[in-house]
Amino acid sequence: MAATSLKLKSRRRFKKEWITSYLFLLPALAFFIMFVVYPMIHGIYISFFDYSLTNFKFVGLQNFKELLQSSNFHQSVINTVVLVLVAVPVVIAFSIFVAMTIYKKKEWLRSLFRGIFYLPAVTSVVSVTVVWNWIYHPNFGILNYLTGLVGMKPMFWLGDPKTALMAITVILITTSVGQPIILYVAALGNIPISYIEAAQLDRASSGQIFTKIIWPMLMPTNLYVIVITTINTFQCFSLIQLLTSGGPLYKTSTVMYSVYEQAFTFGNFGMASAMGVMLAVIIGAISIIQFKFFGSDVEY
Amino acid sequence: MSHEHTIKLKADNVPSKKHKPFIERLNPYNIISMILLCMFSIVFVFPFYWIITGAFKIQVVATQLPPQWFPLEPVLDNWVTLFKNSVGRWTFNSFFVAVSEMVLICLVSSTAGFVLAKKQFPGRRVIFSVLVAAMALPKQVILVPLFTLLAKLGWINTYKGLIFPAIGWPFGVFLMKQFSQTIPSEILEAAKIDGCSELRSFITIALPLLKPAIGALAIFTFMTSWNDYFSQLIITRSTNMMTLPLGIATMQGEYRTDYGVMMAGAALASLPMLTIFILFQKAFTQGITLGAVK
Repeated sequence: MAATSLKLKSRRRFKKEWITSYLFLLPALAFFIMFVVYPMIHGIYISFFDYSLTNFKFVGLQNFKELLQSSNFHQSVINTVVLVLVAVPVVIAFSIFVAMTIYKKKEWLRSLFRGIFYLPAVTSVVSVTVVWNWIYHPNFGILNYLTGLVGMKPMFWLGDPKTALMAITVILITTSVGQPIILYVAALGNIPISYIEAAQLDRASSGQIFTKIIWPMLMPTNLYVIVITTINTFQCFSLIQLLTSGGPLYKTSTVMYSVYEQAFTFGNFGMASAMGVMLAVIIGAISIIQFKFFGSDVEY
Repeated sequence: MSHEHTIKLKADNVPSKKHKPFIERLNPYNIISMILLCMFSIVFVFPFYWIITGAFKIQVVATQLPPQWFPLEPVLDNWVTLFKNSVGRWTFNSFFVAVSEMVLICLVSSTAGFVLAKKQFPGRRVIFSVLVAAMALPKQVILVPLFTLLAKLGWINTYKGLIFPAIGWPFGVFLMKQFSQTIPSEILEAAKIDGCSELRSFITIALPLLKPAIGALAIFTFMTSWNDYFSQLIITRSTNMMTLPLGIATMQGEYRTDYGVMMAGAALASLPMLTIFILFQKAFTQGITLGAVK
């Protein structure tokens, strides 16, 4: 008897605690459901509709069919994939290079270089485009001036279908390396020095030390950096909207830019949502693959 | 050879580096990588140098080739032209939106993150998994449905529309949950035994311990909002409701060829964040590393 009543009492007290916990959670959850969960579900829903300012008609998979046949959308997907395939490896290699060079330096030097490479990430993308617009300018840009000094012909960097996407990629890379460098410096600092010393005693070369000790130890950081850099690259929009508007000839249009163009230039919300859904599926699939490939647990 | 290497590596990790032969620090790999690093640094710093110096150059000077590396005759004309536009209002809008988001996100995230880390209640795991899963999806995928939602609410071109959607993003909750886990449970248990209410133990015990994390989150939120362009672009309609990045981008259409004015605008848009970054670099670094630990 006594035991039962005690159990009941404790259960009731737990309930009261639960209510406080839910109250603490409520504001965050309310905003989350309203502005993240609901739009996600609603986005999937309207992707099955012909939805514009004047129209709201169920069309089934029509939007998706049209997308798969649209050559402009194909171009955007190709551009996005090229952007990811170039930017992600470069960001990782560059970040590891910088981190390896600075992580054993004195604290003030480390902070200085971390800060320098993080600069483009704290700057408004609009400011970044203002200055790059000048750098790439065909008539008075500094890039043509510098390449002219070594005898190259002036180029229309952002207007030439051959160079436009690469010109955008370079800017994207400079704005993406700040965070990975900070993470790699932290990860390298966490590798126990005794591991490296032991390898040194066993006469391992510096190449072996990097591939056999440092690289495996960096795996969790690699995974995180790959995932966030891929997601960020997929979302590349502002640079394109501000510098090229997807041109010339859709050569710099990304999936994200197409979503924007469909919705806010053509007023075609159903089609734009269908693109958004496809983009989410692509990113989801890639994230899962990346986790499978790089998701090894390292404990030390 | 390998023995020497051992000594070198050890010396690197020992505070006193007196005994390390000078020549060893100067191995070719170190020299080359340092030179490369400095060259890259110039590429990264140059745009900001150019924005700030360009803001004080007249048009002829700003576009001359070879470039004038330092403004020999600095002028304020660009700033005068800049403020003929609604730059004051745009700056206010940016500040107001960023500060509101910062305060609201810190409030809702710290309470939610705290109970997710420290309290037992049904649904805790499910809620946390859903929050993390949502974070892995790109935010901008939901912009179109978000826009139609805001249109239905009548929030397009309002402060509400600019501020509230950002509060739903779960990164803050995630960060605060990660950090709350470091609070020792014993202190909270002891407070409960002493009859301390949940709210009071949160305010008097948890909040002071969470201060560094809240600081990092505040800075991040401010930066995300201040530097935002995409969501503000679709929510804003009138010149009056524009934030600084939007205003500057619009001017870029109008003054496309006036580089001095554009540089002044770019300087204005980036200087607040630059200052905050230089002052609080430690909090930035901490926030980034904390957010990455899963």
